[in-house]
Amino acid sequence: MEGISISEFGSILMMQGFNGLSVFSVLLLMALGLAIIFGQMGVINMAHGEFLTIGAYTTFVFSYLTQTYFPSLMSTYFLFAIVGAFIFAGLVGLLVEWLLIRHLYKRPLDSLLATWGLSLIMQQIFRSTFGAKEVSATLPDWLMGSWQPTDTIDIPLNGLFVMGLTIVLTCLVGLFMYRSRLGLKMRATTQNRVMAGAVGINTAMVDRMTFVLGCGIAGVAGAAFTTIGSTGPTSGSLYIVDAFLTVVFGGAQSLLGTLASAFTIAQTNSTLEFFMTGSMAKVITLLSIIAILMMRPEGLFSIKVRK
Amino acid sequence: MTISKGMQWSRAELASVLILAAVILIVLPLALDIFRLNLVGKYLTYAFVAVGLVLCWGYGGILSLGQGVFFGLGGYCIAMFLKLEASDPESTKIQSTPGIPDFMDWNQLTELPAFWVPFKSFTWALIAMLLVPGVLAAIVGFAMFKRRVGGVYFAIITQAIAAILTILIIGQQGYTGGVNGITDLRTLHGWDIRTDSAKYILYYVNAALLIGAVIGVRYILKSKLGKLLIALRDKEERVRFSGYDVASFKVFMFVLAALLSAIGGAMFTLQVGFMSPSFVGIVPSIEMVIFTAVGGRMSLVGAVYGSLLVNWAKTFFSESFPELWLLFMGGLFIAVVMYFPNGLAGIVDQFMKKRAAARAAAPTPPLVTEPVAPAVGALSPADATASPAPQPLADQQVRA
Repeated sequence: MEGISISEFGSILMMQGFNGLSVFSVLLLMALGLAIIFGQMGVINMAHGEFLTIGAYTTFVFSYLTQTYFPSLMSTYFLFAIVGAFIFAGLVGLLVEWLLIRHLYKRPLDSLLATWGLSLIMQQIFRSTFGAKEVSATLPDWLMGSWQPTDTIDIPLNGLFVMGLTIVLTCLVGLFMYRSRLGLKMRATTQNRVMAGAVGINTAMVDRMTFVLGCGIAGVAGAAFTTIGSTGPTSGSLYIVDAFLTVVFGGAQSLLGTLASAFTIAQTNSTLEFFMTGSMAKVITLLSIIAILMMRPEGLFSIKVRK
Repeated sequence: MTISKGMQWSRAELASVLILAAVILIVLPLALDIFRLNLVGKYLTYAFVAVGLVLCWGYGGILSLGQGVFFGLGGYCIAMFLKLEASDPESTKIQSTPGIPDFMDWNQLTELPAFWVPFKSFTWALIAMLLVPGVLAAIVGFAMFKRRVGGVYFAIITQAIAAILTILIIGQQGYTGGVNGITDLRTLHGWDIRTDSAKYILYYVNAALLIGAVIGVRYILKSKLGKLLIALRDKEERVRFSGYDVASFKVFMFVLAALLSAIGGAMFTLQVGFMSPSFVGIVPSIEMVIFTAVGGRMSLVGAVYGSLLVNWAKTFFSESFPELWLLFMGGLFIAVVMYFPNGLAGIVDQFMKKRAAARAAAPTPPLVTEPVAPAVGALSPADATASPAPQPLADQQVRA
């Protein structure tokens, strides 16, 4: 560490912290949709990563079409792409729920296996459509470059954008779950399905909407993902284990828990990365999560529900 | 009383095991050349994992998505011994440090790491092959089941463990051989395992062990313990309130499944000649679950056929239509889960029941005038096989 002045060390810490924050954003985006589907419905969607990939490819297609036909719109297309990714991933989610998931609500372990099969099929479809090579969307100019508050600190703009998007999306999801009629119905169905049905909530429809919403959020995560990395057929599946651990670690039925656990995991990982190799940092982070989960299986935050 | 009766093997069960033994010990070695037989031997090592999964998933209701961990640990323990034998100072004299495995030399290690040293002894390698996966499974099992973690949580956590071990093996390549794994294994106590005769012998050892495993696990399932396991899966609370320590039974099952996987892994290393992290991670672990599901999660014999069939299909597709393999595998997952939850064994069972029902129903027409006949015809298929009355008639008809 010789040769590094205090201010430089401070800058490194800042940038490492920021690094952790952007990992946190991606994790949280991934985990938000999962938390809704797994936490509210108890369905393990192993194909969740593929919905992220759908969002990413949708953004790529938007960028390609804009570049070819409407080059003048390049600076704004990204906002439309986010909406497009949400809608398209949501529609695929609707189809999947109708064909597959609704038959498996009573068999959570089987839904895990079936959605794993689905993820294999989707990966192959991506590969046949877009090729095995990774593609990347052309980013608008305002997402390129970096922000330099001092000479030694260098913060990339796309990272800031992803972070901003994460904050907005998390707030929207929170508002939706706790302030809207449908959110109320979703929470009621989670807490007591039979009673919710008895007071006139169409629980099958609520399940469907929950699944579609979760998939749509994964699509938005995919759109955000294109600003920081390129997209390949298996991009989404790389994050699936981390995302599930995030949800379980946070306490499956709590959005706040998901937020806290994504933050803890991401910061632990990027802090450890400063001291050791990336793979060891990851191993130690995951091991600590598992150790904590063994001591506290219900996760960080848990709602007490009478079973 | 019912228990002692339950412990006896029914004729169908005995027949299914005998047929399985005949297929893998006689038919396959006669029908296939040594290259293909060696491939079958490799598939059969996965069948150990599948048999373990029948026990802990089918009967115990515990779905582990990390069986590749135990398969890999068993395989790595044997691979470490074989690698040390292959890296004697004579054959590694071109290295900067002779006498250590080649990948360590490439990673600038100058002496054998301490945890490798005991693996110079074959006895230790054999003990470690069972001890390491067994202890890991016991720790994970106790931690989880004592706190009543089960179902999907257990699945996710075992999956995370598979991810961790893979990252660890790939990251620490100086100690583990990294992503390539431990390769270039040649001899076991001077016996060259790459020759055709060695491959035949290893195939038979593997097949015999597998049949032993099937018989052993079936004995467990037939015993009082087996009944408890089923009770536990169906009504865990009731078993707990009856005074049983539920967690210990689950740990027992999980450890036994882990040990079976480890034996499979060790036989894999011996037959295939290497071990790598690609048999440890999430994907192989889930594939092993699908072998079990295809064969029938409640059928030990089915699990073996499931492993053979799915792997045969995998080899066939990746040789002929590589793009279709993922589609096929994915479709298989969905189809089995949605339409055939009991797999091949379930289909065979249904077929046998229908045939038994048809055989029981067949003698009825000539008996129409007799007063007993409607009673025989009215029996449900399940009763028909159990009731002694129609049985002799059916036998007579077969003889005639």
